[in-house]
Amino acid sequence: MKGIKIVVLAKQVPDTRNVGKDAMKDDGTVNRAALPAIFNPEDLNALEQALRIKDSVSGSTVHVVTMGPGRAAEIIREAIYRGADGGYLLSDRAFAGSDTLATSYALSCALSNIEYDVIVCGRQAIDGDTAQVGPQVAEKLNLPQVTYAEEILSIATDKLTIRRRLERGVEVVECPLPAVITVNGSAAACRPRNAYRMMRYKYAKTPSETQEAKTANGESAAYLYLLDSRPHLKITEWNVTNIKSDAKDLGLSGSPTKVKNIESVVFQAKEAKILQPTDSDLDGLMKELIASHTIG
Amino acid sequence: MGNFYTDNQNIKFQFSHPLMEKIVTLKERNFTQKEKFEDAPQDFADALDNYDKSLEIIGEVCADVIHENAESVDEQGPKVVDGHVVYADGTKQNLAMINKTGMSSISLPRMYGGLNFPIVPFIMAAELVARGDAGLSNLWSLQDCAETLNDFANEEQKARYLPRVHAGETCAMALTEPDAGSDLQAVQLKATYSEEDKTWYLNGVKRFITNGDAHISLVLARSEEGTVDARGLSMFVYDRNSNAMTVRRIENKLGIKGSPTCELVFKNAPVELVGERKLGLIKYVMALMNAARLGIGAQSVGISEAAYREGLKFAQERKQFGKAIIEFPAVYEMLANMKAKLDGIRSILYETARFVDIYKIYYHISLERPLEKEERNEMKEYERLSNIFTPLTKLFASEYANEISYDSLQIHGGSGYMKDYSIQRYVRDARITNIYEGTSQLQVVAAIRGVTTGQYVKYIREVYEPVAVSAEQGQLKAILKDSTDTLESLTSSINELNTPEYTDFHARRLVEITGYTVIGYLLLLDSQRDASYAKSADLFIKYGQAKVAAHTAFIKNFNVEDLAKYKGNLKV
Repeated sequence: MKGIKIVVLAKQVPDTRNVGKDAMKDDGTVNRAALPAIFNPEDLNALEQALRIKDSVSGSTVHVVTMGPGRAAEIIREAIYRGADGGYLLSDRAFAGSDTLATSYALSCALSNIEYDVIVCGRQAIDGDTAQVGPQVAEKLNLPQVTYAEEILSIATDKLTIRRRLERGVEVVECPLPAVITVNGSAAACRPRNAYRMMRYKYAKTPSETQEAKTANGESAAYLYLLDSRPHLKITEWNVTNIKSDAKDLGLSGSPTKVKNIESVVFQAKEAKILQPTDSDLDGLMKELIASHTIG
Repeated sequence: MGNFYTDNQNIKFQFSHPLMEKIVTLKERNFTQKEKFEDAPQDFADALDNYDKSLEIIGEVCADVIHENAESVDEQGPKVVDGHVVYADGTKQNLAMINKTGMSSISLPRMYGGLNFPIVPFIMAAELVARGDAGLSNLWSLQDCAETLNDFANEEQKARYLPRVHAGETCAMALTEPDAGSDLQAVQLKATYSEEDKTWYLNGVKRFITNGDAHISLVLARSEEGTVDARGLSMFVYDRNSNAMTVRRIENKLGIKGSPTCELVFKNAPVELVGERKLGLIKYVMALMNAARLGIGAQSVGISEAAYREGLKFAQERKQFGKAIIEFPAVYEMLANMKAKLDGIRSILYETARFVDIYKIYYHISLERPLEKEERNEMKEYERLSNIFTPLTKLFASEYANEISYDSLQIHGGSGYMKDYSIQRYVRDARITNIYEGTSQLQVVAAIRGVTTGQYVKYIREVYEPVAVSAEQGQLKAILKDSTDTLESLTSSINELNTPEYTDFHARRLVEITGYTVIGYLLLLDSQRDASYAKSADLFIKYGQAKVAAHTAFIKNFNVEDLAKYKGNLKV
């Protein structure tokens, strides 16, 4: 079986899981300075599924595509430390203010430049929680999609067998390739970063980061000289001129979504979950409550 | 989403020690590997950044995976199935995760897939793993065996075995037997050489072997028929793929339950000789043992950190009589002393690790090229310091791990006695640290010569005493000078008596006085680089002063004839 080309769509997001009082500004927008930027958690689940395909089919590659400001290159390095082969940063002011439609448009334009057999991404990002970008990318590229994937069970040259986690149980489906898979948070956690890969790739940089480091520290500083002798340290960065797109569909002008109002939502006791009177269910509940900081 | 490295600045602080630059520069042979290996550091700052980022990686795994699994591993433990060990599910997951971090062969050279880190960051990682799960830290720290192979095996053996350790295979050191515990020269396991197939074979039993069913085991066996002492013992390497050794049982221990302690039966098990015949115990096991003792020091500090944090958290949250119990003097005194002891044992742990680093790096350089005279002298000096500081570290770290976890459980009150809280596990896990790899009593035996020959005092006077301290710390330094004087005068009067039994009787007291002085100085020196250690220095030095006074009074009031009273008071 020939190697499978896998692309992981990932996003750098503010860590909204441990929100303090200063997480939101007075005007209702996210105070990004108060929240550390992290790899979107479900995108890490997606990365793990991608790396498992790579582990089981030799010759496979995993590349991360992310759209965001210059510092979003951090998650590309992070993915490389965990086993990805490389990545593409899509960064331009023209993309600023994108809603899910404009984001999926920009991503699908970028994906037209890349060879792929499978596109994997997290179900949703913790800053927007829309779960729209993955399916929209599939639509724009005219690809089949499998959402809520929990595990890729088997891989053949032309199809994947996937277990989906749904509200009332699980479903096992087959899907022809190429396809878009969105992965649930209930999927296996991502493997840790690898120390050797970290040491090998920690100076990997995008052209903008290189320029920034030169400006801040001068030509000789920050180990920039390594970039010349080690081409794999160059992270690809694309701006609007590198992708074939229609300017009116990008950024703010391509975003029909308008934020009218932001409210603090108080959860009502609507969702129910049935627990069996067993030690393991009780133990699970306690762990869930502690993890969500409801107790403890 | 925790991280045991980034949530604890006390570990990273050790990188600021002035000796680090020398250690790293020597270890990296003046940064000459960067052309050949892309993971090799460019310079000192780059190397420190590598250590820092790697520890952050393992620190995250320790908090999010290993620590989370610790309770179930303690509950489930390993089993014997068909003569082989099956780890608890959590243990399997832990090992798999550690292997993915690439940190299962931290200190091995790059050519074997290792990270080529010095001992200092290796010990830091050991401490982090132990804080997550003390039992797992045994399996993990046994990568030290690979270090022993790297020190003494031939090139061909190294090329075969070391990459396997990097790939995640585990190690064991099979030394103890039913009749050979601390007294390893009584080892009986028989090694016979077959001229026919030019192979050594092992027959016999080993007992209390940590991770006995490892992929790769270093085994101490009697290769010289008819001998009865250490000179008849050699070291061998056994490969589990040979399938000629079975696990008869796993001991049911009080703590570190995830770490299988095995009884092993070797039946015509083919093995390879490591190094030279007859040097098994005398040279190789001694080296292995010192490394293992340092590892137990790290394990002790990790358990202490975990236990201290549990005690502190409980005392802040638990309210009685209308306030948090931490506000009561009886409780905050305990916690403050726990913190001072914890900072103290961490400080001596890394002091020793630095000594071991310099001596071992010089040893490896000496295999590449002849050392300059000055380098040779330095190697000998640091080897000597490693030998006297290792037992002192093991003694204090393991005893304090017990004291800290004991006090932490006490702070928990009745809740601490329940299995619902993790502190009971720390108490059980800590209890082995002052027993295995040489009991505290044997650490005293290993350390006492450094006392009677004045080696500690010489080092204290030459290196610690001259360091300038702030005016307000002058009083603390005066206390430590007094302790040094006391140690010196007690030693000379004991030496004058020249009665071995009397010296042995007071050895622990003398070694402890040494420890209070050395650790006191180390905290004082730490507080020069970071003022936040001033509190621990102050508390520890005064705590030590009182202990030194008590020991001194006891020794001064004691006559040789008093020994008989002790021996006469042993009836039921």
